[in-house]
Amino acid sequence: MAAMLHTIGVASPVASGGVFPDHQSNKFAVSSLHSLPMIRSEARSNLSSLHESYRAGKLIAKAVATKGENAAASGASKPGHELLLFEALREGLEEEMERDPRVCVIGEDVGHYGGSYKVTKGLAPKFGDLRVLDTPIAENSFTGMGIGAAMTGLRPVIEGMNMGFLLLAFNQISDNCGMLHYTSGGQFTIPAVIRGPGGVGRQLGAEHSQRLESYFQSIPGIQLVACSTPYNAKGLMKAAIRSENPVVLFEHVLLYNLKERIPDEEYVLNLEEAEMVRPGEHVTILTYSRMRYHVMQAVKTLVNKGYDPEVIDIRSLKPFDLYTIGNSVKKTHRVLIVEECMRTGGIGASLTAAINENFHDYLDAQIICLSSQDVPTPYAGTLEEWTVVQPPQIVAAVEQLCQ
Amino acid sequence: MNFTSESSGKRIPCFRVLDDNGYPIAGSIFEQVNKEVAVRMYSGMVTLQIMDTILYETQRQGRISFYLTSTGEEAINLASAAALSPDDVVLPQYREPGVLLWRGFTLQEFANQCFGNKADYGKGRQMPIHYGSQKHNYFTVSSPIATQLPQAAGVAYSLKMDKKDACVVTYMGDGGTSEGDFHAALNFAAVMEVPVIFICRNNGWAISTPITEQFRSDGVVVRGQAYGIRSIRVDGNDALAVYNSVRTARQTAINEQRPILIEALTYRVGHHSTSDDSTKYRAVDEIEHWKTAQNPVSRFRKWVQGNGWWTDEDESEFRSNIRKQLMEAIQLAARKEKPPIANLFTDVYEENPPNLVEQERSLGETIKKHPQDYPSDVPL
Repeated sequence: MAAMLHTIGVASPVASGGVFPDHQSNKFAVSSLHSLPMIRSEARSNLSSLHESYRAGKLIAKAVATKGENAAASGASKPGHELLLFEALREGLEEEMERDPRVCVIGEDVGHYGGSYKVTKGLAPKFGDLRVLDTPIAENSFTGMGIGAAMTGLRPVIEGMNMGFLLLAFNQISDNCGMLHYTSGGQFTIPAVIRGPGGVGRQLGAEHSQRLESYFQSIPGIQLVACSTPYNAKGLMKAAIRSENPVVLFEHVLLYNLKERIPDEEYVLNLEEAEMVRPGEHVTILTYSRMRYHVMQAVKTLVNKGYDPEVIDIRSLKPFDLYTIGNSVKKTHRVLIVEECMRTGGIGASLTAAINENFHDYLDAQIICLSSQDVPTPYAGTLEEWTVVQPPQIVAAVEQLCQ
Repeated sequence: MNFTSESSGKRIPCFRVLDDNGYPIAGSIFEQVNKEVAVRMYSGMVTLQIMDTILYETQRQGRISFYLTSTGEEAINLASAAALSPDDVVLPQYREPGVLLWRGFTLQEFANQCFGNKADYGKGRQMPIHYGSQKHNYFTVSSPIATQLPQAAGVAYSLKMDKKDACVVTYMGDGGTSEGDFHAALNFAAVMEVPVIFICRNNGWAISTPITEQFRSDGVVVRGQAYGIRSIRVDGNDALAVYNSVRTARQTAINEQRPILIEALTYRVGHHSTSDDSTKYRAVDEIEHWKTAQNPVSRFRKWVQGNGWWTDEDESEFRSNIRKQLMEAIQLAARKEKPPIANLFTDVYEENPPNLVEQERSLGETIKKHPQDYPSDVPL
C-alpha cells in the first residue's frame, strides 16, 4: 500500500490526456485575475473575519500562482514565502505544536517516516516520538485513542493515511467523537482534528478514492472543512487545532504539490467561512477542494465567451457558510454546484437543498449540481478521468443556466 | 516442524484469597485490608445491591425507561475501586456503577441520571445507567461495546506524556473481548508502553451468548501474552483477591509504564438488562446457585464479620437506612423538573452554528403555535 501511494508523489491536479489543448502539463493553469477586466475589491470587506490578515484591504487576487509569475517574482523584495501545500500544512501544524505543548500527532507512519504525504516530515525528530506517535494499523483504535486523549486534555491531530481508511474509524468518529461532548452533558470536550488525503487521485483504485465528506456530513457534533490552496491549508489547519470542537480537515491527494506564496506573519482562518475566489455577476459557482481548479479552468473559457461567473470555494462543508453563499445567490440568481462527491447524498445534494430552502425566491433557474457518478472509481485512467467533473461540462452547464 | 498446540492443556490458575465461606485460604499471601476500608467496601457492595434491586423495580413500574444491574459483580465493582486512587481515570463499560459509588457519587446523583432530570450531569441526554462524572474521573458510559478500550489507551498515553502518578482503569465483559477494539487497544497499549489496567469481568454471558460460544481460548487471560501484556486471572467474587490484584497491577502499571490485563471470573446473576429475560436461555437453578451459594457479598460479609467489624444488627440497620435514603432520592428525582428544551441544542458544538440556531428557533415557533400539543411540565 505504501508503494502505491508513493507513485502519487508529484502529480498535477488537472486532468491531462489531450482534452484541453491549451493546458500546460504539470502546471496549474489557474486563471490569473490580472488578465480579467472586473475585480471587486470590496468583496472581502463585507466579511467580518478578523482572522484574515492577508494583505489587508486587497482582494486575494490569485488562488495559485502560475509558473510564469513565480519566475518573475522570485526576488527577495516580494513579501511572504513560497511553499507547497503539504509544506503549508506542516508549517501550520508545527507552529501550533510549538505554541501549545498539548498538540500531538497520531497516525500510521507519521513519525520518522514523515507521513505518507510528508505532511509530518521533520516533526518527530523535533518534538519527540511521544508527541508524533506512530501507531499500529488499526484506524478505529487510534482514532478512539485520540478521542480518549482529547477527553483528558490533549489536542490530538489524527491522521488517516488515506481518508478512505477512516471508514474503519466511523464508529469512533460518529458515536464518540461527535457525541461525547453532548452525552456527557458538556463535561468532556473533544478538541481533536482528524485529517487526511481523500478524493479521486491518479489511478489509486476504488478504495483509495473515497469522498468521505458525504458520509460524515450527517454526524452531529463535528465540523467539516476542506482546504484547497497552501494559504487556506495552513490557515484551516491552525484554526482546526485551536477549535474546541472536533474538526475533520479534508485534504486532496492531488493538491499536495500546489505552490503558492503565503504570508510570513501568523494567520488563522475562520473555519465556518467560504472563500470568494472570483467575484462575478452572471452565475454563482460553488465548489471546494480539487474541483475549484477545474472550475477556474472552465472560467477561462467562459470569460472568453463573455460570461462573468462568480466562483466561491465553500471550504466549510459543515456548517455551510450560507451568509456568503446567500449574498452571491441574491446577486446572480443562478447557481451551479461543482463537486467531486457522488451524485447521491453528497455535499452537493445537501447544498442544493439548503439553497432551495433558504433562497428559493432569489433563484431564476433550477440549481444545477455537477457531481461524480454513483460508481466506484475505476482504475483505468480514461475511465477514472470521466468519473470526475471536467471543465467542458462546467462550461456547458453555465451556458445552460444562463440561457 | 512443531505446531504449537491450540491449548496449553492446563488452564491458567486463578488467584484467590478467601474460600467459599469467607475464610482466608491457608498459605495465601495477600495485603491486609484495614477495618475502615473493609467496612467501606462491604457497605458499598450492599448499597450497590440495594440500588440495583430498587431501581430495577422502578423500571418495571414504568417510572424509568431502562436499567441494568450489576448483581453478582459487586466485589469487582467495589474492590477494584478501593484499590485505586481518585486520580486514576476510569473508563467503564456499563456494569461498573460501584466504582462511581466508591468515589462519592450519591444516591441522589444516581437517581437523577436515571430519571434524566434537570440535575443530571448528563443533562438528560443519555440512557439510564450511562453515568459520567468528570470530577470523579469517570468517563461517560457509551453504549457500543469496547469503544472505551482504545480510548483508555489514549488516556494512558496522555498520562504518560504528563508523567502523572496515575493510571487508567478500563472495564469490559467477556463479550467485549471479541470486538476488534479489544485487540487493537491491548496491542497499542503494549507497543506504546502506557499505564492502563484492562479489567475483564468474565461473567459467563454476553446477553444470551455463553462464553463457550464467545471464544475458544482458555478464557481471556491467555490473550494478554499474545500482545506482550502481563496478565492475571482472579476470582472476581473474592473481594480481597480483586483488591490485591488491582493494587499490585496499579503499582506495576505506573512504575513500569506497562499495561496489565486482569481477568476477573464472576457470574452475571441478573438479566442482561431490563430488556432481557435470561430464563429464556439459561437454567433457573444455575442462576439460583450463583445468587446464593456463590454470592460475593455474603462471602465478604463472612470475612468482615469474622473479624468483628460488622454485626447482624449493623446489617439490618444499614440496609433499611440505604433503602429509605434511596426511596427518598427516587421521589425527589421523579419530582424534579426535566431538562429544558434549550438543552436539546447545547453542547453539540462549543457554540451553535447557524443551522442549529435556526433549528432551535423553528422549534420554539412550533411550540408557541401549538402549545396544547406540548407537555406543560417541560420548561423551555
